[in-house]
Amino acid sequence: MQMTGAQAVIATLEAQGVEVVFGHPGGAILPAYDPILDSSLRHILARHEQGAGHMAEGYAHATGRVGVVIATSGPGGTNLVTALADAHMDSVPIVAITGQVARAAVGGDAFQEADITGITMPVTKHNELVHDPDRIPGAIKEAFHIASTGRPGPVLIDLPKDVLNSQVDFRYPEQLSLPGYRPTVRGHSKMVREAAKTILSSRRPVIYAGGGLIKSGAHAELLRLAEMLSLPVVTTLMGRGVFPDDHPQHLGMPGMHGHWTAITALQQADLLIALGTRFDDRVTGKLDLFAPHARVIHVDIDPAEIGKNREPDVPIVGDGAVVTQQIVEALEGQLGDGVSAPDLDPWWQQLRTWKSDHPLRWEQEADGPLKPQTVIRAIGEKLDGNGIVVSGVGQHQMWASQLIRFRHPRTWINSGGLGTMGFCVPAAIGAKIGRPDVPVVAVDGDGSFQMTLQELATATTERVPVIFCVINNGVLGMVRQWQELFYDKRYSQIELGTDVPDLVKLADAFGCVGYRCDRVEDVEQTLDKAFAVGDTPVLVDFRVDPTEKVFPMIPAGGSNDDIIESADEWYERGAPNIGGAGEPGGAGLRDQAPL
Amino acid sequence: MTVHTLSVLVENKPGVLARVSGLFSRRGFNIESLAVGTTESPHISRMTIVVDAENSPLEQVTKQLNKLIHVLKIVELTVDDAVERELQLIKVAATSGTRSEIIEIADVFRAKIIDVDAESVTVEATGSADKLAALVRLLEPYGIRELVRSGIIALGRGSKSITEGRTLRLQRSA
Repeated sequence: MQMTGAQAVIATLEAQGVEVVFGHPGGAILPAYDPILDSSLRHILARHEQGAGHMAEGYAHATGRVGVVIATSGPGGTNLVTALADAHMDSVPIVAITGQVARAAVGGDAFQEADITGITMPVTKHNELVHDPDRIPGAIKEAFHIASTGRPGPVLIDLPKDVLNSQVDFRYPEQLSLPGYRPTVRGHSKMVREAAKTILSSRRPVIYAGGGLIKSGAHAELLRLAEMLSLPVVTTLMGRGVFPDDHPQHLGMPGMHGHWTAITALQQADLLIALGTRFDDRVTGKLDLFAPHARVIHVDIDPAEIGKNREPDVPIVGDGAVVTQQIVEALEGQLGDGVSAPDLDPWWQQLRTWKSDHPLRWEQEADGPLKPQTVIRAIGEKLDGNGIVVSGVGQHQMWASQLIRFRHPRTWINSGGLGTMGFCVPAAIGAKIGRPDVPVVAVDGDGSFQMTLQELATATTERVPVIFCVINNGVLGMVRQWQELFYDKRYSQIELGTDVPDLVKLADAFGCVGYRCDRVEDVEQTLDKAFAVGDTPVLVDFRVDPTEKVFPMIPAGGSNDDIIESADEWYERGAPNIGGAGEPGGAGLRDQAPL
Repeated sequence: MTVHTLSVLVENKPGVLARVSGLFSRRGFNIESLAVGTTESPHISRMTIVVDAENSPLEQVTKQLNKLIHVLKIVELTVDDAVERELQLIKVAATSGTRSEIIEIADVFRAKIIDVDAESVTVEATGSADKLAALVRLLEPYGIRELVRSGIIALGRGSKSITEGRTLRLQRSA
């Protein structure tokens, strides 16, 4: 069928089953905005391309489908870079479509020109500058395939304006031509048998479950594997929700601000069953000292993750759900052949003792300042596992991950790898658009919030009733925490001011319902009101104690054997030099970047 | 550090060289030489990359290279199982008194004289790194005005081909 390149773009998106796109128009992408009017696509007009990018991410996180973002050339594309980098780090399937100056002008510093394929090369899974108008349907179809298969990630397609305006003979391609791209899905059967054998001979095993299991939809397989042998499970920041928090075998989150038992279980384990996880530095702490007694089974769909940080004893490349199921079957086979199940009773006795001896420690005095943890726990109780929580980056993110009880995959959305402040507001909007059937609560910090708050306008005009809860302590809390603990309380550039902006007035200005809460006894009632609004976005200003700190904590570069459980412990230990500053080969705390 | 020779088969697409070389630079590797050109199939290019690196970081780069959509195959060629060659053009200062000596040296190395004028001789030489280094050493006393190297190219020994199959599949899908 004859049509313009721009029409071919929109027709291909429709053929891919896309229902929603997030974007912001501009000069070079103008041709593609005209056929949107005649299409089945719902276009969400963001106020900033970064916002559009995070919306596409939030949509993808919440639904498991590919998020689509459209932007113009030059600054439109460069504003997308943070969202693309975020999606790249957290393996989020998004397709970005950008306008480009006309082919003849490319490379000539034309108005609003940026070499966006060059700029985004290190932060995309793939990208392509389309020179040939007939290539449009194929390039976009491939982009969706690459973004959503294997280890998911962002793909950018750059379309010169004259390519969009060219006449093309539109044919939706039947087949893909990607000879260099064949992700391995099934695990090597010999390695799978070896994994089963290793599990059956372990005494202190732990399943170390990451975000890859959510991406591969492996929660049912994970539950089966864990339950068949009573294996303890920890879920990483990106994996929260893949295993129910209220399951007795769940030990919590490992890592720098994880649960004491989860961290220590990994340290003391004789076997890590690492599924869809990448031994990130926030989990391992000082790598040489991480889980020193453990053999490692490492399952990941990305071969480059295997052995990148920790050399595994049993490496398996494959899809999380498929390989976990393979391991379950291999275990069933070996148990059927008379191999006995491991006796994990002593291990469980130990784990249960740790769990009861090391709960999260924080205190809310009835007449004292409102603690951020009080608010965040109340949000979790209000949702009761039935809804989606989206967070920004900082203290509030750690508290939300620690304190909210997740029951289902895709109900906890945050920026883990890149740590993108400003992620929360737009990602929550994207999540709510993808899942209008469930409540979506944005738990943001006042610092993060101010990076992308203009998207409140998008929420209001597009009628996306997210409940935005700002944990407002008036400071950049995580930076403050580090300056208190590691820089002798020399606070530098952390004061934001609790009253600027006035969040209730801001809510009003943006057409949201605004509430403020600064007393313990009002928290529940405020949340009840916020949840009752229903059809309009709500912004709640929770005024909380700025001195509160996130614990447990393992200072960056420290060993996971040295967990600090409270501020009191830190000061009792005389602000110990856990990072090993000054020791040969030790990473000095001050050499570590905050967060 | 050890010198490694990688043969990388890639789809012949715009930007593929930048993607491959970018991966090396991002990991802090210095590429010692890189030669690229199409293979027996015009859809496929072959890069020969010589890099000085420890084994384990190189393995990580190889894995990252494999993740590039346009990379089809990577093979590490070792001195024992491959033939390696490099082409050099060397412009040597020459006078009527030294010209014949230079030509004699070139002859010994089976190098060719491809340009001559009153003040210089240009020598074309191919061979292994050792042989070329020896030639350069002998020519240095006369004064080397300019030197250019093609970068090493290499093929595995014997009848096996690393492009077989790939080429067929590409042609079928193209």
